[in-house]
Amino acid sequence: MPDSPHFASSQQVADRLRGTGYVPSPRIAGVIHLAERLGKPVLVEGPAGTGKTQLAKSVAESCGLRLIRLQCYEGLDEAKALYEWDYRKQLLHIARAGTAGGDGVETELFHECFLLTRPLLEAIRSEEPVVLLVDEVDRLDIETEALLLEVLSEYQVSIPELGTLRARTTPLVFLTSNNSRELSEALKRRCLYLHIGYPTAEHERDIVLAQVPGIEAVLAGRVGQLVRSLRSLELRKKPSVAETLDWARTLVLLGADDVTTELLADTLPVLLKNESDIALALKEFGE
Amino acid sequence: MSLITTLDALVDELRALGVPVSASEKADAAAALGHADLADREEVRSGLAVTLVKSAGHLSAFDRVFDVCFGQRVPDRATGGVGLGEPDDATIRRLLAESIEAGENGSLMQRHLAGLLVDRHAGIQPGRAVAGTSYLFRAMRALDVDRVTAALVRRAEARTPAALAGPLPRRLFLEDVERRLAAFRLEVEAEIRRRLVADRGVDAVAKTLRRPLPEDVGFLTAATAELHELWDTIQPLSRKLAARMVHRRRHGHRGRIDVRRTMRASLSTGGIPVDLRHHTPRPAKPELVVLADISGSVSAFAAFTLQLTYALRSRFARVRCFVFVDGLDEVTDLIERSANVLEVASEINRLGLGVWLDGRSDYGNAIETFCRDHAGELRARTTVLVLGDARSNYHAPRADALGRIAGRCGHLFWLNPEPRAAWDSGDSVIGRYAGYCDEVVECRNLRQLRAFVERLA
Repeated sequence: MPDSPHFASSQQVADRLRGTGYVPSPRIAGVIHLAERLGKPVLVEGPAGTGKTQLAKSVAESCGLRLIRLQCYEGLDEAKALYEWDYRKQLLHIARAGTAGGDGVETELFHECFLLTRPLLEAIRSEEPVVLLVDEVDRLDIETEALLLEVLSEYQVSIPELGTLRARTTPLVFLTSNNSRELSEALKRRCLYLHIGYPTAEHERDIVLAQVPGIEAVLAGRVGQLVRSLRSLELRKKPSVAETLDWARTLVLLGADDVTTELLADTLPVLLKNESDIALALKEFGE
Repeated sequence: MSLITTLDALVDELRALGVPVSASEKADAAAALGHADLADREEVRSGLAVTLVKSAGHLSAFDRVFDVCFGQRVPDRATGGVGLGEPDDATIRRLLAESIEAGENGSLMQRHLAGLLVDRHAGIQPGRAVAGTSYLFRAMRALDVDRVTAALVRRAEARTPAALAGPLPRRLFLEDVERRLAAFRLEVEAEIRRRLVADRGVDAVAKTLRRPLPEDVGFLTAATAELHELWDTIQPLSRKLAARMVHRRRHGHRGRIDVRRTMRASLSTGGIPVDLRHHTPRPAKPELVVLADISGSVSAFAAFTLQLTYALRSRFARVRCFVFVDGLDEVTDLIERSANVLEVASEINRLGLGVWLDGRSDYGNAIETFCRDHAGELRARTTVLVLGDARSNYHAPRADALGRIAGRCGHLFWLNPEPRAAWDSGDSVIGRYAGYCDEVVECRNLRQLRAFVERLA
């Protein structure tokens, strides 16, 4: 199905992503390789702040493709996700045809030039291959979810007045979900499923090394260990990878070369945003 | 066995566990195998996982099934192996410590060590239909994890004396070691499984290792590890339920026509009311009163249900929680102060709430106490939930008190975590209470609990 594959192997996916500063786990690299080969969308789930959206951005960057993003929210409809007829332009056209006395204006009204493309249609109609990111798909109403199905499985959009518009190139599609509701079976069936959990301490160290300039490997390793240890506590909100990076940057700014108990106590609010969580962590690590 | 028959076996086993796998997903999996490097086991695993499993809660079940179906052959010790000869136990410990220090996980060396341990200490008896937990226990006992940990600490201190100075670095180091040893334990477990598969075949081993999915685990029979897995599932579940209910509330039905706004909107169409505007409906929220039995036998169930109902509190005008064993105490404040029900549970234990005399369930007294002290606060809009197995240790059930409660409140539901077959056996008096309840619901696992809560709100 793909015209010319962007990646030869999952190893190459991993290498290219690393080049953009995204450190993928083997499973992430594998699923992207597979998604391209099978021509299937990837549904990415996992806790907030583990790099779901970033993954799509990094893939686009690593292949030099345009990223088209559809941010989902409750109440999103066809007119904002797929296409809309530009009725103002149509009215103008009728008015002009009326003064010129032209016939057959009705047949011209539903021409592609009166079509306002929205993200999904734009991804389908694009001349060059693109990466399509459907962000936070779990915020869609269950009924609107069906709107995605045709695009995701056939890469086409049916417009009653025009017929079916097929994709010129197969886009790489990513859907992200924060798991705030169960997605429909129909949607899941059409996708490859990737769960991005919290990284291991070593993986997180590599992420910190790739993302935080000027950090020593020893400190990065310590950061990874500490955050992993924090996540094993019974917290209301576990620190995300994004917060780990903020914390690592803070440590670099403070000129630290190792994490001491006092330093941890001072900088903990960067990692934990909840008073009771901070109190619990201080109690655990305080003495 | 060819690759496709193995895939068949894998999918059959997943379906037997209750993981939904459709025909098209199976076809995708086969296609994924075509693109995977078949010599790379992890690549095969991930290719199958992303095509077959569409829910995070089912991933660990998939991993177990994959290990059984795609188990490697037992390595031939004469030709394979690392060439260590037959080291004694002390050498095994030293080699393991070295490999952990080097940061290797799942390396060839560790697999080989796991194999040696299993050979020597697990005492596997061919032909016995067991899940192999005692084999694992024996092998790990012989290894003696504490001694490996101690050795690692000694070596680290010898290398850089300052490395473990202070409680924080030491703690992190120990946690790290613990995690790596846990990974090695999995390696040993996998090795045992490989032997079992070689001995008895895939199907037989898969059957003995079959474990229910998190949502099917019985509250009363769950092991500690399973309970932890349940806790991980219940948080997203309560969030999902809450989201769904808000959705239904907003989109349920439209209210009366709002004349004022309709007139206003009609101005743009020359005074003709084309678009009717409606009042936003504001259905009255019910109040919820939860009475939870927290005696040992059903405490896990009570904790789950409290957590779930409490997560949905925005859906109700008010949620009040009471706990009882043979006495009755209100814990609404406790739960309000802390989001984590595990904390609440330990607080309840510390304060000895719910206990009046001997700390053995007495439903009769608890219900009568509630009726006496709080029945006056019940209104037609109140829904009362009673959580418990109604095993009252042969105390008087005093069902008439429940009758008085039922008479004052709108709805009365009883959630019983026991299987229906066990109701009214022994000291269970659920039958005496059932007549006063709108319904007695069997709530053995998360699936049933979820179905009920969804119906309730």
